Amino acid sequence: MDNLVEIQDVTFGYNERPILKGINLTARRGQVIAIMGSSGCGKTTLLRLIGGQIKPNSGSVHVAGQNVGELDTAGLYELRRKMGMLFQFGALFTDMSVFDNIAFQMREHTRLPEEIIRDLVLMKLHAVGLRGAADLMPSELSGGMARRVALARSIALEPSLVMYDEPFAGLDPISLGVIGNLIRRLTDTLGLTSIVVTHDVQESLKIVDYVYFVSAGVIEAEGTPEEIRRSGLPFVHQFVHGEPDGPVPFHYPARSYAEDLRLGS
Amino acid sequence: MIAPLRLVARLGRRTLQAVARIGLATRFFFATLLHSGTAFRRFGLIIREIYSAGVLSLIIILVSGLFVGMVLGLQGFETLQTYGSESALGVLVALSLVRELGPVVAALLFASRAGSAITAEIGLMKATEQLAAMEMMAVDPVARVVAPRFWAGVLSMPLLAALFSAMGIFGGYLVGVVLIGVDEGSFWSQMQAQVDFEEDILNGVIKSVVFGVAITAIALFEGYDAPPTAEGVSRATTRTVVTSSLVILALDFVLTAFMFRGVS
Ligand SMILES: Nc1ncnc2c1ncn2[C@@H]1O[C@H](COP(=O)(O)OP(=O)(O)O)[C@@H](O)[C@H]1O
Ligand SMILES: [Mg+2]
Repeated sequence: MDNLVEIQDVTFGYNERPILKGINLTARRGQVIAIMGSSGCGKTTLLRLIGGQIKPNSGSVHVAGQNVGELDTAGLYELRRKMGMLFQFGALFTDMSVFDNIAFQMREHTRLPEEIIRDLVLMKLHAVGLRGAADLMPSELSGGMARRVALARSIALEPSLVMYDEPFAGLDPISLGVIGNLIRRLTDTLGLTSIVVTHDVQESLKIVDYVYFVSAGVIEAEGTPEEIRRSGLPFVHQFVHGEPDGPVPFHYPARSYAEDLRLGS
Repeated sequence: MIAPLRLVARLGRRTLQAVARIGLATRFFFATLLHSGTAFRRFGLIIREIYSAGVLSLIIILVSGLFVGMVLGLQGFETLQTYGSESALGVLVALSLVRELGPVVAALLFASRAGSAITAEIGLMKATEQLAAMEMMAVDPVARVVAPRFWAGVLSMPLLAALFSAMGIFGGYLVGVVLIGVDEGSFWSQMQAQVDFEEDILNGVIKSVVFGVAITAIALFEGYDAPPTAEGVSRATTRTVVTSSLVILALDFVLTAFMFRGVS
C-alpha cells in the first residue's frame, strides 16, 4: 500500500450547488503534496472530506485503506488518531496554555504519566523552536508563533497523515519560510505524509513533491514542481505568475458593463 | 404570489423552523446526557466549570440577595404593621425568598451572568474551529466541552439560590431588626417554626435545579448552534438571556402550581 490517501471521482456540494465535481487525487506515503487553487474553490472542503467531517455525494475517499465515507463514528475516531490537522487559523484552544494545547491529545488518548507527557510536549515544542513559549497563552502569541504551536499540536501523537490548511496565509516572509521548512523537515524526519492546502505558489513549490491545481471543482492540472513551473497551461501560468486576469477572470460574473450603467438604452 | 399568501407562507416557514430548532435542541440535550460519562469520571472538568460559571456569579448573587432582602424587610414591615403583626416579618421574608425570589431571581441573574458567558464561549470555540479541531483529534466536543459545563451549571444553581436566600434573610434582618427595631427573638423563632423543610425549602431547591437544567441547556445549545460569525455569536448570546428568562418564569408558574396547591 503505497498510497496513504486515495480520492476517486469525488463530487460534493454543501447544498444544491456542487463545489467539487469529480476529483481524483492520491498522496503517496512520505510525500508532501500541495493542493492549490483560488479562494473558495473548495480546498478546505477537500480536507474536510479526507478527515471525514463531511461525506462525499459520490465517489470515495480512502485513507490508509479505509473508506472514510463509510466509517461509523467509532471507526472514524480511530482513524483520526492517525491524522493531524493544522487549521487555517490555528484553532488553538484559547482557554489552555501552549503546553496544555499540545498535551491535550496525549492526556485524552493515552495513559502516559505526566512526567513523560511533559518531556514529549517539550520535544514537540523544541522541534518548532518554541520550547520557551510553553507557558504562554494562545492570545499572547504572534501569528507565526501560533501557527507553529498548532503545527506542533498536529504532530503531537505522531500521526501518519498531516493536513495543513493554508499554513502560509497572513505570515511575514520569515515566518513563511520557517513554516515551509518545518513542514518539509517534519515530514522527512517523522516519516509523515503531508497535504498542504495553499495559494502561496512560490513558497510551496520549494517544498512539495507533487502539486494539484483545483479550479471550478475539478483538478485542472497536476505535476511535480518542475513540471508546473514549465507548464504551458494558461491557468497554471496565471497562477504561478500571479497575473490578475486570465482564465480566472478578474470580474465576478455580471451583466455587461454597458447594460449595468444603462448606456444606450 | 399575492401579498396575503406570501404572509401565510412566511408564517409557515417560521413555524417549521421553530419546531425544527426545538427538535434539534432536544436531541442535543439528550446527546449531552448520553455523553456525560467522561465528565463524571474526570470530575475535575466539572469542578473547573463550576468555578467559571458558579464562582464568577457569586458576587452579583450575594449583593442582589442582600438588597432584595432589605427591600422585603421594608415592604413587609409596612404591610404587617397595619395588622399589628410585625413579629411575623421573619416568616414573610424567609418564605418569600425560599419559595420564590431565591430560586427565580438567582436563576435570572445566573442566566444573564453565566448563561450568556457559556453561549459566547461555546460560540467562539465553534467560530474559531476549536470544536472542529477537537473532533479531528478524535475527541467528542459534546463529552469534553458541553457535558462538563452542563453539570457544572446544574450543580451551581441550587447552591447559588441558597446563598441568595441566605443573604436575603440577612438583609431582611438588618432592616427589620437592626434598623427598625422588630423584636429579634420573634423574628427568628417564628421563622424557625413556620418554614417547613419539605414544603418550602425542598421545593425551592427542586425549582432551582430545574432552572439550572433549563438555563444551562439553553445556553449550551445556543452556543453550539450559533452561526460561526461574530454577529451570529452575539445574537445567540442575546437569545440565551431572553429565552432562558422567559423559560424560568414560565416554569416557575408551572412548578408553583404543582407544589403549593394545597398549602394554606
Ligand atoms: N459549511 C458550509 N456551508 C455551505 N457552503 C459552504 C460551507 N463551507 C464552505 N462553503 C462554500 O463552499 C465553497 C468552498 O469553500 P472552501 O472549501 O472553504 O474553499 P477554500 O478553502 O478553497 O477557500 C465556498 O464557496 C464556500 O462559500
Ligand atoms: Mg479554505
